[in-house]
Amino acid sequence: MMDGMRVVRDFVDVGALEEIPSLGARCVKTAMGDIAVFRTADDTVYALRNQCPHKAGPLSQGIVHGDAVTCPLHGWVISLQSGKAMGLDTGCTPRFSVKVEHGRVLLSVGVTA
Amino acid sequence: MNMMNSVRKKLVVIGNGMAGMRTVEEILQRTPGMFEITVFGAEPQPNYDRIMLSPLLAGDKSFAQIVLNSLEWYEANNIKLIAGEAVVTIDREAKLVIGEAGTTRPYDLLLLATGSNPFVLPLPGVNRPGVMTFRSVADVEQMLSIAAPGKNAVVIGGGLLGLEAAHGLNLRGMNVSVVHLMPMLMERQLDAASAHLLERKLTSRGMNIYTSANTEAFDGDGENGPVRAVVLKDEQRIEADLVVMAVGIRPNATLAKSAGLATDRGVLVDDAMRTSDPAIFAIGECVEHNKQCYGLVAPIWDMAKVAADHICGVAEPVFSPIASGTRLKVSGIEMFSAGAFMGDKSTEDVVLRDGARGIYKRLVLREDRLVGVVCFGDARDAGWYFELLKNGEPLGELRDTMIFGPVVASDDPDDALAAMADGAEICGCNGVKKSTICKSIAEHGLTSLDDVRARTKASASCGSCTGLVEGLLKLSLGTGYAPAAVKPLCKCTSHGHDEVRRRIKGGALKTIPAVMQALEWTTPNGCGSCRPALNFYLLAAWPGEYVDDAQSRFVNERMHANIQKDGTYSVVPRMWGGTTSAKELRAIADVVEKFDIPAVKVTGGQRIDMLGVKKEDLQAVWKDLNAAGLVSGHAYGKALRTVKTCVGSEWCRFGVQDSTAMGIALEKTTWGSWHPHKVKLAVSGCPRNCAEATIKDFGVVATEAGWDLHVGGNGGIKVRATELLCKVTTEEEVMEYACAFLQLYRMEAHYLERTAPWIERVGLKYVQEKIVENAELRLSLFKDFMHAQKFARTDPWAEQAADQQAGKKFNAMAELV
Repeated sequence: MMDGMRVVRDFVDVGALEEIPSLGARCVKTAMGDIAVFRTADDTVYALRNQCPHKAGPLSQGIVHGDAVTCPLHGWVISLQSGKAMGLDTGCTPRFSVKVEHGRVLLSVGVTA
Repeated sequence: MNMMNSVRKKLVVIGNGMAGMRTVEEILQRTPGMFEITVFGAEPQPNYDRIMLSPLLAGDKSFAQIVLNSLEWYEANNIKLIAGEAVVTIDREAKLVIGEAGTTRPYDLLLLATGSNPFVLPLPGVNRPGVMTFRSVADVEQMLSIAAPGKNAVVIGGGLLGLEAAHGLNLRGMNVSVVHLMPMLMERQLDAASAHLLERKLTSRGMNIYTSANTEAFDGDGENGPVRAVVLKDEQRIEADLVVMAVGIRPNATLAKSAGLATDRGVLVDDAMRTSDPAIFAIGECVEHNKQCYGLVAPIWDMAKVAADHICGVAEPVFSPIASGTRLKVSGIEMFSAGAFMGDKSTEDVVLRDGARGIYKRLVLREDRLVGVVCFGDARDAGWYFELLKNGEPLGELRDTMIFGPVVASDDPDDALAAMADGAEICGCNGVKKSTICKSIAEHGLTSLDDVRARTKASASCGSCTGLVEGLLKLSLGTGYAPAAVKPLCKCTSHGHDEVRRRIKGGALKTIPAVMQALEWTTPNGCGSCRPALNFYLLAAWPGEYVDDAQSRFVNERMHANIQKDGTYSVVPRMWGGTTSAKELRAIADVVEKFDIPAVKVTGGQRIDMLGVKKEDLQAVWKDLNAAGLVSGHAYGKALRTVKTCVGSEWCRFGVQDSTAMGIALEKTTWGSWHPHKVKLAVSGCPRNCAEATIKDFGVVATEAGWDLHVGGNGGIKVRATELLCKVTTEEEVMEYACAFLQLYRMEAHYLERTAPWIERVGLKYVQEKIVENAELRLSLFKDFMHAQKFARTDPWAEQAADQQAGKKFNAMAELV
């Protein structure tokens, strides 16, 4: 899994995909704080730090739509792909690598560059 | 018999459909009062718009909306309508018609408008219940009696009518298959390329399309039981609870034939629409003119004009059919075709194809003249092309750019409309020209779409030219045209709240994806604004049936607690009418200590708020509170919040009624109900109004004589005092009015609109008309509310605590520490 400059990441099994509701999210507690793992309508998973770049609202509690989540506190829309605030707002939430293999969700806690 | 009757000539019309009644209208316009008119109709209804059966089936229209001539109209015009009786005999010698019930009427002139019959495939099983045609209101009613989400419908025939039926049934939530004999859909209106795009579009809406498919039989229960499947020649079986045959129509010439009139496929008529008997005219789908039969409305309107001129003796025009175009009335699919669109050796094509956008245009030219056109995916310029086709002028330079529409350089559709010739036809159904509309706007000072419809009939039939008519209003009036601006629900749709609610109910849409598909949402699963709104609208429309979508709930309603700025939650148990007990207070105190809850506060709604509860403690907190009989106060929801009370006549020296008991009864009845926004009630025991009922959504103030009911108040950023709805005398009345008011608000307000702005929008008078003046409606609203409450009065805390799956959301998925 070495490709050029990238580091091999350690993926950890955090549970079954079914544990995350479709168009929803669950949290994973880590030493660096909570990570929100999102599941979209087409079963793509994304992982972001569970803090909105605006006022640290828990993104895992927001409404997931398309590849974005609306923060429950003040309605900022955050792209799940980039972690960036969409529309006129600016700000970015750290992303984490996450993938699904054989129905299991695998999360890497190394921040994606 | 009075004098008038003896001098007026008797006109009898056989057929109370669109063709017959349009002719009668034309006659009344030319020579009002000249005839004593009698109309026989085989169907029991007044004349309705048969073109609109598809929207009726789809739930986009109600029957009342598709009635063309109401019973009052017949009366006002002195027309005797004999509805529900088919004519069986025409005695041409005695000039008499005789109905099946024996009704006999003499005539001086007779007009046959007997229409056509749907063609029924002579296949085994065709008489099974569930196998039907699509031709009348009765057919639609029969379909709707079987149609239900998840059931299977098979439409035989992939032509115009068949696809409209399929679309309607699809919107009703059925699994729809279309079985078509030919290799491509709508082969009489489309060429191969556009038919392919159409098939792709329908398939993407979940329909199964079988082309080159030959039906062999209708299989079902036993010998004559209901249909269960359609069997094809290649032995494929398609499951079916409902089969709709839409394989063509046959002119209904039986009556004419038995009367000895000249017939072939239809009733033969000359250029004046006269049959072989000079006293008998015929028009519409039953006629055959120059070996041609007609099924589209535009040439039939021309027939009506020609026949009326001759019947009234005011002019002697000849019927010369002009080309007519076809549009498909399936929302979201733009399609138009006209003329010789298939082309042949003598023609050349100009084609524009954009597969990704699903757009296809084909113009067929012969000797530099436009003779055929097909537009798919974008039919905005259809009217312009159709005009070029009808004019038949040499195209010249236009040929090079015409495929891009009338105005190439501008992408403003208004410019295209301005550039359109005055004689261009805007409304194909009613044959209304651009100049006619513009002239009416100027002469009669018309300012709205409804005005134009009433005056000219433009866009009053199928409605597909509504955009063009609005464009003309804009061109004519400039900034003076203020269309009833509809604010879209959100960026995912162009539809407003009211339209969405109407379509949910009318289209029997019962899930968020079904709404998004039917109303063509531009996003795959909406956004944070529309999903909660749709979830509420569905919940309100289908109580007990709709399954609440937790992922479309705002966090507070999903967690059943109020999220605070630090991500913790606040918990507020219900205190009925603001009353509590030692047991409840003790349970609250214990919970506060046990879970180390940092703050406790009395709320403005007479309850106790525990603030700073950690997400993972919520379930345990609720469990302890539940054990003491405390339930969710819905302090977090767009729902019934509190019913605030004063102590009333039980304790207070001023109190005149028992306001506390009234408040508790109201809260016990209304709790758990979801609303467009939060709803607060209050009951004061005397006009001193200590419960502040006059800044509540529904406020009750006791008087010596009974109760004053106030509505539409709120505190908040913009304080609004209530307005007096009415005065009532008994507790039962308070309850009935309160629930009816809440139900009206739930069913009609926009999501996130509190009662105050709602009442300002619709007016207090509107609410009074529905709740105070109309006792029948009030009772039905009350009953609807009580029905919905059967499913709503449940404690979400107890449910969440018991449901392991639901419980997962309160805990981390994994801990990597």
